[in-house]
Amino acid sequence: MIISVASGKGGTGKTTVSTNLAASLDRPLKLLDCDVEEPNAHLFIKPEHLVSKIESTFVPVIDEQRCTGCRKCADLCQFNALAVIGDKVLVFPELCHSCEGCRLICPEQAVEEGHRELGTIETGVWKHVSFSYGRLRVGEAMSPPLINRVQSLIEPDDLVIIDAPPGTSCPAINAMKVSDFVLLVTEPTPFGLHDLVLTVEAVRQLSIPCGLVINRADIGNDELYHYARREGLPILLEIPFQRTIAEIYSRGGLLVEQSPEWRTRFCQLFASILQAAAEAEVSQ
Amino acid sequence: MKELVVISGKGGTGKTSLTAAFGSLADNHLFCDTDVDAADLHLLLDPKVLEKNEFIGGSKATIIADHCSGCGLCTEVCKFSAINEDFVVDPIECEGCGVCHAFCPEHAVDFQPRKCGEWFTSTTRFGPMVHAHLGIGEENSGKLVSLIRKQAQILAQENQLELIVTDGPPGIGCPVIASITGASAVLILVEPTVSGLHDMKRVAELALHFKIPAMVCINKYDLNTEMTQAIESETEKLNLLTVGRIPFDPAFTMAMVNGKTIMEYAPSSELAETVNSIWTTIRSSEFLTKKEARILPIMK
Repeated sequence: MIISVASGKGGTGKTTVSTNLAASLDRPLKLLDCDVEEPNAHLFIKPEHLVSKIESTFVPVIDEQRCTGCRKCADLCQFNALAVIGDKVLVFPELCHSCEGCRLICPEQAVEEGHRELGTIETGVWKHVSFSYGRLRVGEAMSPPLINRVQSLIEPDDLVIIDAPPGTSCPAINAMKVSDFVLLVTEPTPFGLHDLVLTVEAVRQLSIPCGLVINRADIGNDELYHYARREGLPILLEIPFQRTIAEIYSRGGLLVEQSPEWRTRFCQLFASILQAAAEAEVSQ
Repeated sequence: MKELVVISGKGGTGKTSLTAAFGSLADNHLFCDTDVDAADLHLLLDPKVLEKNEFIGGSKATIIADHCSGCGLCTEVCKFSAINEDFVVDPIECEGCGVCHAFCPEHAVDFQPRKCGEWFTSTTRFGPMVHAHLGIGEENSGKLVSLIRKQAQILAQENQLELIVTDGPPGIGCPVIASITGASAVLILVEPTVSGLHDMKRVAELALHFKIPAMVCINKYDLNTEMTQAIESETEKLNLLTVGRIPFDPAFTMAMVNGKTIMEYAPSSELAETVNSIWTTIRSSEFLTKKEARILPIMK
């Protein structure tokens, strides 16, 4: 079972939900922080002995002895990562998407394998949670390849919680697409609702069942609740705005460690997810 | 012409509410919203769209079954495992590299540029605005960001506007890089939490990497004053200009519910005064007042 915790709008509480959900359960699970641009889960689930592994991706290196400047590689490259000036090929490695088309098409075997660092994957253990997160190299533009590397740690029959990046474009889709259930965290404000509508559309395109967690449930207005009812989206948990909750979060604390009541609620959330996922499967 | 981009690393720190408030205080400026996959600035500014344009992004492959001989070469050359055993391309996995198109011996792969979103030139009660909407799940957000920034610059030049105020996306990846390269300055909006501090350091490092001057403003500072102090000592260490602190105030949410900026919703409040004075500090900073034009080419 793979559950991803996502939201269109940033700062709605994805990390709060994914870390507290992971901490509340009493069975072994994997928590994968796939918000590789700004990973935060490790500030709450603090694993000991993190092991760091550098991840890199293919970029072309041109063997100038062999290159004839025929331009076939540059003509093929959709990402402007190769340009021919005179009879010399220039490589812009930061624009390369690692399709390796240049290497395949070069008639002179003049394209060799180079590497661009994507970032690192940090792995550690915290209680019953085996935890990994990606950390995109500052300056690296493309996060989906590193997200995919983090997800490659998933093994069959794992219980996995994925902390997804915000938005509705390729990084968020990449993080969500492997999951069996998407937990959408939102807040009842115009921004929260607007971005939720977009995310629900994305999740539906992926044909993955989803449910809502409404954070700061007592601020804003009722529009979100009307929308959820209209669209038949189950509300699986509501978290009120409380200064104490905000303060626990601000210093890197876990709600479920401070309050047995919240531990019970997050355990119930997990039960509700299993139920909603089962119902979705039946209706399919 | 100067360009100020509001970013945060972490989402939900108040970028859009503050961008709208600052823009309502600025003179002779235009707005740009580069958070193209979850744009929200229009919810506060209610733009009247004057011009709507298609954004043609990258191409994606589709295999024309009638022409396909089933040789399987495409699945061998595709590094993204986007083509299944029935020779159907999964549009979500397809990277748009065109390698299958180039190698198919039957020319059975269709590979056409597609509409990936829309962008708009609009007018608001506080001045012109350039914004966009990326299609759900689309790639090329960086390309769309670069496109609308270029359009904003052209519009500003044509109308002799001095300042572009840009609402940026969260994170440090592609759309953020496209939003800040060549800008006059970034304003990093940070909240006093362990995540806020962690993410601010990364986005400040990104600004430094691209040599963009950065200022820092702490929002909801009173939610954890110790953390606020930790952030301020960090900004000092990084040699960044701290332009002020804004208290946590539900009035921001109420303003949003009413489709207003905080300056309109609570005009004579202490909060409005704080925002006003922070804007004065930002506007008079050397990054936005220096004489020499600092327009660098925008990343592709």
